[in-house]
Amino acid sequence: MTTQETRALTAAPGASPASLDAGSKGAPTASSTGPSTGSPAGPARRVPPRRRPRAWRWSDIAEAAGALAASFFLTWLIFNRLLPFRIMPLAFFAIWFVLFLPIYWFVTKDGQGTTAAKDRVATVFVMAGALFTFTPIVFVIGYVLYRGLKSLSGNFFTQTMQFVGPLAEATDGGALHSIIGTLEQLALATVIAVPLGVLTAVYLSEIKGPLARPVRLVADAMTALPSIVAGLFIFSLFIKPHIIGQSGILGSLALSILMLPTVTITAEQVLRVVPGSLREAALALGAPYWRSVLMVVLPTARAGLSTAVILGMARVVGETAPVLMTTGGTTLLNPNPLSGFQDNLPLFVFTQIRSSQESQVDRGWAGALILLVIVLLLFILARLVGSAGPGRRRFRIPIPGRGGRRRGR
Amino acid sequence: MTAPELDHTRPMAPQEAVPGPMGGVLEGVDVSCWFGSRKVLEGVNIKMDAGVVTALIGPSGCGKSTFLRTLNRMHELVPIATLAGSVLLDGHDIYGVGLRLTEVRRRIGMVFQKPNPFPAMTIADNVAAGLKLTGKKVADRDGLIEASLRRAGLWNEVRNRLDAPAGGLSGGQQQRLCIARSLAVSPDVLLMDEPCSALDPTSTRRIEETILELKDQVTIVIVTHNMQQAQRVSQHCAFFLAAENEPGRVIEQGPTDRLFSDPNDPRTADYVNGRFG
Repeated sequence: MTTQETRALTAAPGASPASLDAGSKGAPTASSTGPSTGSPAGPARRVPPRRRPRAWRWSDIAEAAGALAASFFLTWLIFNRLLPFRIMPLAFFAIWFVLFLPIYWFVTKDGQGTTAAKDRVATVFVMAGALFTFTPIVFVIGYVLYRGLKSLSGNFFTQTMQFVGPLAEATDGGALHSIIGTLEQLALATVIAVPLGVLTAVYLSEIKGPLARPVRLVADAMTALPSIVAGLFIFSLFIKPHIIGQSGILGSLALSILMLPTVTITAEQVLRVVPGSLREAALALGAPYWRSVLMVVLPTARAGLSTAVILGMARVVGETAPVLMTTGGTTLLNPNPLSGFQDNLPLFVFTQIRSSQESQVDRGWAGALILLVIVLLLFILARLVGSAGPGRRRFRIPIPGRGGRRRGR
Repeated sequence: MTAPELDHTRPMAPQEAVPGPMGGVLEGVDVSCWFGSRKVLEGVNIKMDAGVVTALIGPSGCGKSTFLRTLNRMHELVPIATLAGSVLLDGHDIYGVGLRLTEVRRRIGMVFQKPNPFPAMTIADNVAAGLKLTGKKVADRDGLIEASLRRAGLWNEVRNRLDAPAGGLSGGQQQRLCIARSLAVSPDVLLMDEPCSALDPTSTRRIEETILELKDQVTIVIVTHNMQQAQRVSQHCAFFLAAENEPGRVIEQGPTDRLFSDPNDPRTADYVNGRFG
């Protein structure tokens, strides 16, 4: 590619950043073949090495590693030779980090100057911050995995707790009744809450009726509703007056109360980012408003809406308080959510982990692990649903008129 | 909202077959527009004949886009918008009681400034979207898609990827896809609101060629900032201008050649010669 072409690319209106990138990357490659083939542009010249600005080179890694090692040994010296007492390992890490910063600063400053040193130290700060926030998540998930896998066996998915005594091994019995209960209650709650939530979102963002403001206010406030209140509500509405006994469906109702505001607010925000130009385009074709919402606005926001649904499901799948009051809890397998006590996973974890028997506590961890896996599966499902459609696309409203940007990715 | 004058004098009889160029005759009669209490357009009378491309030119903020949006009742989508006067499509007032809002918009299509294909649909679905959105069934859907894409001059570029998402097309192709989408519901009039302002020169030329090919099939009204474009594509031209703090008015209108070569009004002459605007 010649310089003129590169310039033309730069000057072309609407040229995508990707093509510019390709142009600038392509140029040195082309000219590096120049000397060997006998460049017509002029005498052969030395080609500067190809590089990417701000990429880590070996010397940079060596600097960082050296600073890390130096600060480590300095900390070791202080702790093990100079100080008269021992300190917790956590303090060791803290002092190591504190010593690392000035040492790294001086090393980089010596080699590359103040600007680079500032840049590097700031990078270290940002990365340390990311690590600091990420660590607890890793520990939580890691610990559940560690404890859960110990007592997880095949019969955890095929057996119930019906004939399991308090002194049985942790690998005896299973949570089939709880898993079935969780899945059924979650499905029922979704079936109840999602149509309501999406319709409310359509009302808030598309129809914008006179009730939109109070409805939005209530929905916002409901996100902070303590989950036990939802359980109490259903309890006092159905169970206390003996209308329906404790059962899976009542658990679903309590969960759907918690799910509704999450689905509504997420769906409304998703609908609001659908460009108004698409609604106008649909109306200009002669569509009634309801058809333009049904066939253009909702499908455009499809991926975001599925995220809203999954977020709502993930919000309630681990709720213990509402189901504690409404489903009853049992050790028996009851696949019928409409009548009779039902168990579910949070309740299973709750009852097992309260026990004084170590084996039951272990079983509780296995239940927690299964709960985590269910949430993970829900999120994977959301991504799959979100990326399906014409071609493989995530939820991203393309900027009309800039098709090049899309192709550049 | 100010109630538009209902046109009771004209018969509501079904339209007779018009010889010559296809398309409808659109006529704005004494159209004024407001946004809230601000009057943006006053007393516009323009007749847009079938077989003729009418260009609306003028500097920014002179009300030409607003006028265009009154022509297919998109103006009223703005909650505070009101209007006076009437718009006649083949003699029937589109704001009158005889025509349904959705029917008006189907018969008077619109192409917007920025290409806005439906991102959740494939190219073919985009073209046929108007049928789905108006609840119409067509026996030969594929034939209609092909015919519409051919009329918009896009068929040869997309014939092999009709099932690809519409967002993958270039800006110019997207705009021609929008034209094809508008044509698929067989409108009598096609309104174009600066259809080339977001496009590069090559795409602009393709759109202009498309306009000239469509001219005998459908009445075209185009708003443009580009005076060369107005000269290239239009036969009739209206010049809008708004003085400071005053609503926009039509200063002058007539055959495009005459308006550009021998304007009556000195302001028109200044504008078409690029001395302001």
